Amino acid sequence: SSVVSQSDSCCFFSGCSRRPTSPSNTILKCDLHRLEEGPPLKAELTRDQGLQYYRTMQTVRRMELKADQLYKQKIIRGFCHLYDGQEACAAGIEASINPTDHLITAYRAHGYTYTRGVSIKEILAELTGRKGGVAKGKGGSMHMYAPHFYGGNGIVGAQVPLGAGIALACQYQGNNQLCVTLYGDGAANQGQLFESFNMAALWKLPCIFICENNKYGMGTSVERASASIDYYKRGDFIPGIRVDGMDVLCVREATKFAADHCRSGKGPIVMELQTYRYHGHSMSDPGVSYRTREEIQEVRTKSDPISMLKERMLSNNMASVEEFKEIDVDIRKQVEEAAQFATSDPEPPLEDLCNHIFYNNPPLEVRGTNPWSKLKSVS
Amino acid sequence: CGTHKMNLFQSITSALDNTLASDPTAVIFGEDVAFGGVFRCTVGLRDKYGKDRVFNTPLCEQGIVGFGIGAAVAGATAIAEIQFADYIYPAFDQIVNEAAKYRYRSGNLFDCGSLTIRAPWGCVGHGSLYHSQSPEAFFAHCPGIKVVIPRSPVQAKGLLLSCIADKNPCIFFEPKILYRAAVEQVPEEPYIIPLSQAEILQEGSDVTLVAWGTQIHVMKEVAAMAQEKLGVSCEVIDLQTILPWDTETICKSVVKTGRLLISHEAPITGGFAAEISSTVQEECFLNLEAPISRVCGYDTPFPHIFEPFYIPDKWKCFEAIKKMINY
Repeated sequence: SSVVSQSDSCCFFSGCSRRPTSPSNTILKCDLHRLEEGPPLKAELTRDQGLQYYRTMQTVRRMELKADQLYKQKIIRGFCHLYDGQEACAAGIEASINPTDHLITAYRAHGYTYTRGVSIKEILAELTGRKGGVAKGKGGSMHMYAPHFYGGNGIVGAQVPLGAGIALACQYQGNNQLCVTLYGDGAANQGQLFESFNMAALWKLPCIFICENNKYGMGTSVERASASIDYYKRGDFIPGIRVDGMDVLCVREATKFAADHCRSGKGPIVMELQTYRYHGHSMSDPGVSYRTREEIQEVRTKSDPISMLKERMLSNNMASVEEFKEIDVDIRKQVEEAAQFATSDPEPPLEDLCNHIFYNNPPLEVRGTNPWSKLKSVS
Repeated sequence: CGTHKMNLFQSITSALDNTLASDPTAVIFGEDVAFGGVFRCTVGLRDKYGKDRVFNTPLCEQGIVGFGIGAAVAGATAIAEIQFADYIYPAFDQIVNEAAKYRYRSGNLFDCGSLTIRAPWGCVGHGSLYHSQSPEAFFAHCPGIKVVIPRSPVQAKGLLLSCIADKNPCIFFEPKILYRAAVEQVPEEPYIIPLSQAEILQEGSDVTLVAWGTQIHVMKEVAAMAQEKLGVSCEVIDLQTILPWDTETICKSVVKTGRLLISHEAPITGGFAAEISSTVQEECFLNLEAPISRVCGYDTPFPHIFEPFYIPDKWKCFEAIKKMINY
């Protein structure tokens, strides 16, 4: 194993232009709001952990790129918001919470669906709208769910009060679980967030509010949307941490710190993950009309989460180039098989159209497009 | 007056351009309107009229409408854009409780009549649950606002200009599937199409077909099918204004034909067809030859993969006409 320690050199995202280019054993210090201490200055990374994080991030990356390909072939249709570039957030968070903890996010959700335990097959089949999809093909890209993972929400910001409610349930049931509630820089200006912050702080709910700040709300840069771009401070009376979201270790340590904070009964905490998405907002956005290709390229070369982890492990002799290659080949194969399944699985049957509107037993009748057509709704 | 070939989004731009030119208090705001909007309805306006008149808001629908109400009360002609009608619900309270009731509760001392809210509306082929909704029925239930839905570029420009000029807060839903698909010769100068007046597109004697927005085009096809295959003559009426709706034109037509079919994409239960049906049976009971028919969306959330089956297409409407004729 290897011990990595904190340095206080600033990074690309905090406004400075220099990033430590040498893959050294440093993770960056977090900015703190209303906190005396932050995440620890040293973090441990074992070989197994490193390989696991690498595998997780690379799987999400390849899965998203496969989705891009399928979308361009019109096998996936509708809305599709890809997560590539932000993998360290999902991987780092999952590494520091328990499977029994809860997580809810917005529509850029494929990465979290995977880290929360859904197979690549089921994710891709949901994107193609087949019955083998995780939501039986009825939800699509923005609506994927799993035990302890509440989606997958299309309306911006609407998931945040829900997250606070889940945290309330954890507190009420005394099960020592917490809820990770994610939202983006665009959603940070929605009124319902501030309602949630207030309730969570008032009742000391075990909720980690995480803002994935990828610098653009669709095509609007953060400076043009928000009066304050210090999203970790927006909880005002709630303590906050600003974290380098491209470094999976940084994310892990910060989330661990936040989880301990919540579990010890201190109430909610806000985390801002500074991250970046390579794709546009969705597949209908080329992503280059509001930012330069040079900017995207710079992030890819200097701050890519997967490359950074790989270089760190290589330079510390924790794994070999061949091992990484093997993992890559294996992941490619898995993603290819999943795509095969997603293109060949049949669509859900028409009988499913009206199922699961209500909870009802026995089946009820759903009025159709004209008075004499009724379908059955089974729940 | 010169006309110009325009599609639906261009006709909207033209209406907004006319407004900004003639009314110095007019301002346009919403998410992403500055660069032209996600459907290109505001292209060129910021450059032409300045960034203090065409500006972006952050992502906050409740804030956008509330802000719009305030601006209107203070005297500005406020034109707010909600990016998709599916996202209008955070603003529902502002619309229903604040905007609609302003004049009433202040005894006519204040009003926000110069507020117009625009939103893309209706199914688009791949919109799924949150990019396809038709929420006009929710707002039809609210006295104090007007709800208007155009079917084509010429109608859109005239109706939008009417909404902006109207001294009541108006919601203008734009069928997004028609933004590029519908093209007409539209006058460049401003013109008004009166609100609360339904338009008879085609006269007929056997069945009255009522719809609005995209569905009107389906009805025109159905009327042609009915004539050709059944020898049935249909009267096709575009309602245009949902609230307050033109009861007179519809009832007069039903008195003549004796049969009524209403169709919309929104779910059937509580959809606006229910209101029309109820009123018509009150007014024209003895004239009816068959029960009033409603061909609408299913009572489910707007589906992802099932959309082609869900929408009230021409075959379902044709079937309904056959049943009414043979009643």
